[in-house]
Parts: sequence; C-alpha cells; structure tokens
Amino acid sequence: MKIQKRSLALLFYFIVLIVPIYWMLNMSLRDNADIMLSFSLYPTDITFKNYIKVFTDPTWYSGYINAMIYVSMNTVMSLAFALPAAYAFSRFRFLGDGQMFFWLLTNRMAPPAVFLLPYFQLYSTVNLIDTHIAVALAHCLFNVPLAVWILEGFMSGIPKEIDETAFIDGYSFPRFFLTLFIPLIRAGVGVTAFFCFMFSWVELLFARTLTVTEAKPIVATMTRTISATGLDWGLLAANGILTIVPGALVIWFVRNHLAKGFALGRV
Amino acid sequence: MEKWENNRAWFLVLPVFVIVAFSAIIPLMTVVNYSIQDIFGPGNAVFVGMEWFKEMLTDKRLHDALGRQFIFSGLVLLIEIPLGILIALAMPKKGWKASASLVTLAIPLLIPWNVIGTIWIIFTRPDIGLFGVGINSLDLLDVPFDHTARPSYAWVTLMAMEVWHWTPLVALLCYAGLRAIPEAYYQAARIDGASSWAVFRYIQLPKMRGVLTIAVLLRWMDSFLIYAEPFALTGGGPGNSTTFLSIYLVKLATGQFDLGPAAAFSLIYFLIVLLFSFIFYQALLNVGKGEKSV
Amino acid sequence: MARIDMQEIAHSYVAQPEQESDYALKRIHNTWDDGGAYALLGPSGCGKTTLLNVISGLLTPSKGRVLYDGQDVTDLPPEKRNIAQVFQFPVLYDTMSVFDNLAFPLRNRRVAPDEVKRRVLEVAEILDLTPFLKKKAAGLAADAKQKISLGRGLVRSDVAAILFDEPLTVIDPQLKWDLRRKLKEIHEQLKLTMIYVTHDQVEALTFAEQVLVMYEGELVQIGTPQELFENPQHKFVGYFIGSPGMNFLPCTLDGNMARVDGVGIPLDDKMAAMGQKARGRLELGIRPMGLEVHAETVAGGVPARVYTMEDQGSFKILTVKLAGHTLRARLPEDHSVTQTDVWLRFPPHWTKLFADDRLVSE
Repeated sequence: MKIQKRSLALLFYFIVLIVPIYWMLNMSLRDNADIMLSFSLYPTDITFKNYIKVFTDPTWYSGYINAMIYVSMNTVMSLAFALPAAYAFSRFRFLGDGQMFFWLLTNRMAPPAVFLLPYFQLYSTVNLIDTHIAVALAHCLFNVPLAVWILEGFMSGIPKEIDETAFIDGYSFPRFFLTLFIPLIRAGVGVTAFFCFMFSWVELLFARTLTVTEAKPIVATMTRTISATGLDWGLLAANGILTIVPGALVIWFVRNHLAKGFALGRV
Repeated sequence: MEKWENNRAWFLVLPVFVIVAFSAIIPLMTVVNYSIQDIFGPGNAVFVGMEWFKEMLTDKRLHDALGRQFIFSGLVLLIEIPLGILIALAMPKKGWKASASLVTLAIPLLIPWNVIGTIWIIFTRPDIGLFGVGINSLDLLDVPFDHTARPSYAWVTLMAMEVWHWTPLVALLCYAGLRAIPEAYYQAARIDGASSWAVFRYIQLPKMRGVLTIAVLLRWMDSFLIYAEPFALTGGGPGNSTTFLSIYLVKLATGQFDLGPAAAFSLIYFLIVLLFSFIFYQALLNVGKGEKSV
Repeated sequence: MARIDMQEIAHSYVAQPEQESDYALKRIHNTWDDGGAYALLGPSGCGKTTLLNVISGLLTPSKGRVLYDGQDVTDLPPEKRNIAQVFQFPVLYDTMSVFDNLAFPLRNRRVAPDEVKRRVLEVAEILDLTPFLKKKAAGLAADAKQKISLGRGLVRSDVAAILFDEPLTVIDPQLKWDLRRKLKEIHEQLKLTMIYVTHDQVEALTFAEQVLVMYEGELVQIGTPQELFENPQHKFVGYFIGSPGMNFLPCTLDGNMARVDGVGIPLDDKMAAMGQKARGRLELGIRPMGLEVHAETVAGGVPARVYTMEDQGSFKILTVKLAGHTLRARLPEDHSVTQTDVWLRFPPHWTKLFADDRLVSE
C-alpha cells in the first residue's frame, strides 16, 4: 500500500512536469494566428509547417548541428580534463589542494555577463571567433569545475584499498584507471556527462557572443524568432520541442550508469 | 579516507588548472581594470579608484535588488531541495520505468532558458494559456490572473517556473547518490528492525551528503546569478518587483553603457556569491567530518 | 539459539526456470544444530551467499521450507527471524556513535533504556570495544567496524543464529588472525549457532566444527575438517581442500590394481572391491602429502620424471610427470631429491578411487 501511494505521487509530479511541455507541443503544431486568437486544449488545425521549416531551412537546422558539435566537444574535453584531476583530489593531499578545489567552484560564481567582453577580445585575438572549439573551450570555464566536483564525490566513495591492490598486482596507472577504476564510478561518469552536456547545450550568452554564422547554435538562432510581426510562437515552440531531443538521447544512453550505481563486493 | 601525501599529484590537476585559469583570470583582470576607471571611450579613461565601489554600495536600487535576490534564492533552496529528495526517493530503481522516469525528469533541464521564459509567458496568459485560463476559471482572485498583473502574481509565476525548471537537477543528483548505496545497508537495516524513517535518517541522508552539497551549492549559485528566465518572463516587472541582481546589472551596463560602475557592480556581486558559497561549503563540509566513506 | 532446518530448498533467480543450470541452489537439505559453528565453503559463484540469504530471510527460496526450532519461517522477513548477519564490508550507521550503533537493534524493538545500556556494555566488553563507545563509528578502522557489525547481532539476547558472509574480506592480514580468534572465543563463550561463509579454506577449517562444502549449488560434503581432508566424498572436495589439492589420474580397474595408461598401481582390497561395483568414469586420487617419492626402485613403485621442485620453507612441493599426467607431492623439508628420475609409491590407505567424481562406496 505504501508503495502505491509513492508511485501515485510520483506519477502526479510527472504529469505536472509534462503539462507545460505538452502546451509547447500544442503550440508547435498550430499556426501563429491560430495560437494568438484562440485557446484550445489540443490543436484543432494541425499543421507541421513549423517543423518543416526547421528541417528544410539551413539557417535553422545548422543551428542544431553546430550546437551538437561544440557540446560534444565540450563534454569530452571536460571529462578528459576532470577525471585525472578528480582522482588527484580524491586520493592525494598536496600543496593547496583544499584552496584549489574551492577556487574551481568560484568560477561558477561570477555573473556570466562579466566575461562577455573579455572573452570576445581574447578569442578575436587568437582568431577563434565563430569556431566550435571557441565555444567548447569557453564552456569549460563552468563545466570543468562541476565535472571535477561531481567525479571527486563518486571517486571518494571507492576505498583506496582497491587502488593499492591493483598496483600491487602490477597494474600500471593508466591501465588501472581505464580498465578498473572508471567502470567502478560509472554512475558518476554518467551523471557528469549529462550535466556537462546539459549546461553547454542551454548556454546562451557565450554561444551567441562567440559565434557569427559558421558555428551559430540553435539557442542563438532562436532569439531571431522576434520579427516585425512579433514573436513567431509556433516556430519557437517547434524549436523548443526539438531542442529536447538530443539531451533526451544522452540521458537515455547514460540511464544504466545512473541506475546501476556502485556495488561493493563485485570487485 | 587517509590520503596519500604527494605533491606530484599536481600533474594530474595541471590541465584543469591551466584551462580554468586561462578562462577566468584574464577576464577577471579586465573587469578589475575597468572597475577602477571612468571610461569615456576607447583609449580615453581616467583612474577613479574606489569611486564606483562607493557609488554601487550606497545605491538604494542595488540594495532592493539584493533583498529580492536573497528572498528568491532562499525560497528556491527551501522548496527545491526537499522536493528533489522526495522525488529521488520515490523513483523506481531499475527497469524500463526507471529509464522512462529519468528521461521525463531531465526534460525541463534541456530547454534553453530564454525558451522557458517565453513558453511560460504563453502558458500563463489568461487568454491563450492553459495555466492562465485554468486559474481564472476557478474565479478565486479579485484581480484576474496575468503573470504581470500584480507583483505577487509575478512572483508566483516565477517561482512555479523556477521550481518546475530546476527541481529535476536536485532529483537527478540525489537519485545518482541513492543508487550508489550498497544493498547490504538496507539488508542490515531490515535485520536491525529499522523503520523507513530511520533508514532515511541514518543511511540514505548521510550517504547523500556529497550530492546534496553539490545540489545546494549549484542551486544557490545559479539562482543568485539568474538572468534569462525571469527577464524573459517579466522583464524585471511589474515595476521593479522582480528585478533581481543580474537583471539590474545588465540594465545598468547596457542602459548607460558605463563600463566602470558595471564592472564594480560585477565584482561586488561576485564577492557576495563567493562569501555565501564559502559559508555553505564550510558548513556542509563540517557536518560531514568523520562521516566520509565506508 | 535455534536449530535450523533446510528442507528440500532449491532456488532460481530466473522467473521461469527450465533446466538445472537455471538453479542457483539445486537441492539443499540439511540441519544446522543449535550452538554449532559451521563453515560454508566453496568457490565464488557456487551459491553460498544465496544459501545464506535464504537462511536469514533476505531471500525467499523458489522451493522448500526453512524451519527454526521446528517452526516454519520460510515466509517470515528477516526482522522477524531473530538472526544477525555480518557482511563482507562493515555496514554501520556512520552518523551514530559506537554505543548508538550497538543499541540500535534494541531501541528499534523498544527495549527499556537500562536494559539497552546493560546489553551494550556487555557486548562491548566481549568485543574489546569499550574504550570506543563514545566515538563516532565512522572514524574507526575496518576491523573495529566489523566488530561493531557483529556486536549489533550479539546485543539481541534472543538471536537465533549469526551468519557471516566472508566477513574478513576487507580486514588487513595481520588483523584477520585476531578477528578469527575472537570469533572462535565468542562461539565458545556464548554457544550461538554460527554459520560462516567463505571461499578461504584456511578460515573455514580453523573456525568450524563442521564444514559444508558447496559446489555449483549443491552440498557435496559435510564433515569435520579432518574428515574432509582424509575422506573427500567428491572430487571437488579433494581438489579444493588441502594445499596443494588432491592429485587425480584417470584409470581403469584391473583386479586389485588400478591402471593408469598401462602402469599398475596397487589398491587395498576394500577400495578395489568397491571399485568393481562402481559405474562410471574412474579416477585415482591421492593427496600430495600421501604420495611417496623414492630415489630407487621400491616394491610397487612407479617410475616418474621430476619436473620442478619448490621449497616452501617447512616443506617442499615436487611436481612430477607420470605417463603424461602431472602429479604433486608434498615432502618434508629435510627430504631432498636430486635426480630427475624417481619412483613413486602410492600407499593403499592414501589412495582413493572416484567414479564420476564421487568416492566409491559400498
């Protein structure tokens, strides 16, 4: 009986969660005039023209491709940098370790607007404006500290004895790290990958400032739905729905890592 | 856990240090530079020392914005953290239901922030939005609901949007933390005859301390720095009622294009966030002294 | 303290089990006497933890019944069964002090505070934990933590049995000795039924009065350490117990002799007679300790070639090849072998015959 109540409450929460999304879906399947003039619970005059526009107009679909590119780059980079650093924080005491750890966090504490002009000047100087790598690097500012932070937490849950046993057994550090250690913190890697992906995907300020046309992501392109006739609600809604898809795929892929967690004794 | 003492660990940390320093220190130096000058144009600036800081620190509108910000962030933590924990506890542990729950939960997090603000505008409109129409049809309010009709309505809408948007982050972190607890702990608790409240208090909550620290700090920082969503929803209004710190900062910087005061403001802003984050961090660290690992 | 009966227990993790290999436990039928110290010994994956969980109630078996002192408890959950379980790693309530950890099971059962204090102090005394009572449990070493886990089981005066699932896994080797000794002491002092699951034969043989050897979901032999060593009923027992394990040679029977690739090895009459009646694949088994190695021909000796010799300090391990098969002999430290060709003698009382992996019987 108790389990019943719990699932019911959870189901209720999920329904509440979905409603605004449903509303967005509703809008995406309607014509702009239709949206502004009448209120209806479901689209009475379904039209796919908003979606068709996105899939056929290069300025729109290239936005998705660009975003996918730099977000993937950033996720891989953030993980690659963060994994060894997190291991160091977890296993070692070294000069300035506590301070360094907190300093990493502080990089998420400044209002992003502060960085815009300096970043623009910096990346212009090295000729990286309007490239995917520029945005990927810029996003490392806030993703790398987060990645280190989350991974360190998961790593600290694994007893050092496992490392020691592996080294005694003759494992080299890279081999131990890649074949033994990372599988043990699967849940942490999954969560981290998702968050890096997510924060990079939705970020607007840097993505808009550092790109012009070649690498312009969908989040920036979407702000262009404001035109002389006002906001193109239908198109905005369609894009809103489509932007969910890549992220949903990512979490689908890491779902097993989240759900399995870590089980002692299987070592 | 007893850590190994070894300064060569710095090599592992070096890539992270370099990339973050590169991204952070250079801009920071620029900002500090601007904050102590009066800039009339490119290459035309006068050193003014602490002038802008004094001006900013005595600005009444800044105090008001700061007050609103504290209330906002406080409410965010009070609602989202317990709610996130509850959701994580209720979620299925494995199977297709777990996967479906995870994907559903993640959806609000993946929508660009300006889109969220815009969608909620439509959603709460009394003429064409489900929420707006719904509330008004209940006929409980003297002033019909519109998200900018009254400050209280604006706040309610803002909080609803914020909780809707970000609670899944807390829930996901807590869920990952819960899954990492070995089954043996639950088995031992059963054998010891522990009630489910005892299991929560003595096993689950302590073992979630790591992820909860991350959740609290992240939500604190991000809600304190929030810009896109409230700006898209209310533009800071009605009046000034939802003008939080970031919105005020941008208004200041873009309105008058005064880089000096804006830079000073940014630094003050940063220091406030830093101070409180540090306090939270130390508090959570101390709660956990002697509790880390098996 | 209770007598635990397992009646026709079988368990499968598969929802619809079809063949025998779907079963983690094939057929367990056994009685654990009140107050006995038992070891459940077997390799990883043989089903020992599954069996332990069936006993404790963490798992309900697909088939069969579990009885405590004659009462059917198969459907009872663990908290109603009055057992205690110690896991592979210390399972503690990190936020509580040692005292509160030990008191926890009693407080949950609404025992009066005075009684709680009395029991906790008593158990802490037995486990040498008294100086740590006020400390936070999380800060202690692994062996102290395991003692606390054990202590939570001991505080309950009505505990029926204590189950151990490889409890020394995370303990440092120096401290394993102390803990093992402490467990034995507790058993002698409190006379509780203790069931100790392990894959380490040294732990099993030193701790238990009776050892149950498990292999692939079945109990292949139950007996004292002595019996298991001298009279292994199953090839696996012979191979698993003893260091190194028993030697096995495929053979055929020829009157009173066993023939290994034509080479004759004499058997004692009783063994030969039982061998005649047996059906199935025959194998000859002899423990390395029993195999005699001679420098010259002896009566009944069989020629063999020395392959390697390892000096283990107090004894030597000699690996020889006999007609294509590898055998190991365990020699006392003063017995030196210098040549490559030796003669092996198989003393009849050490030599056993196995048919289809089982010891031949009447």
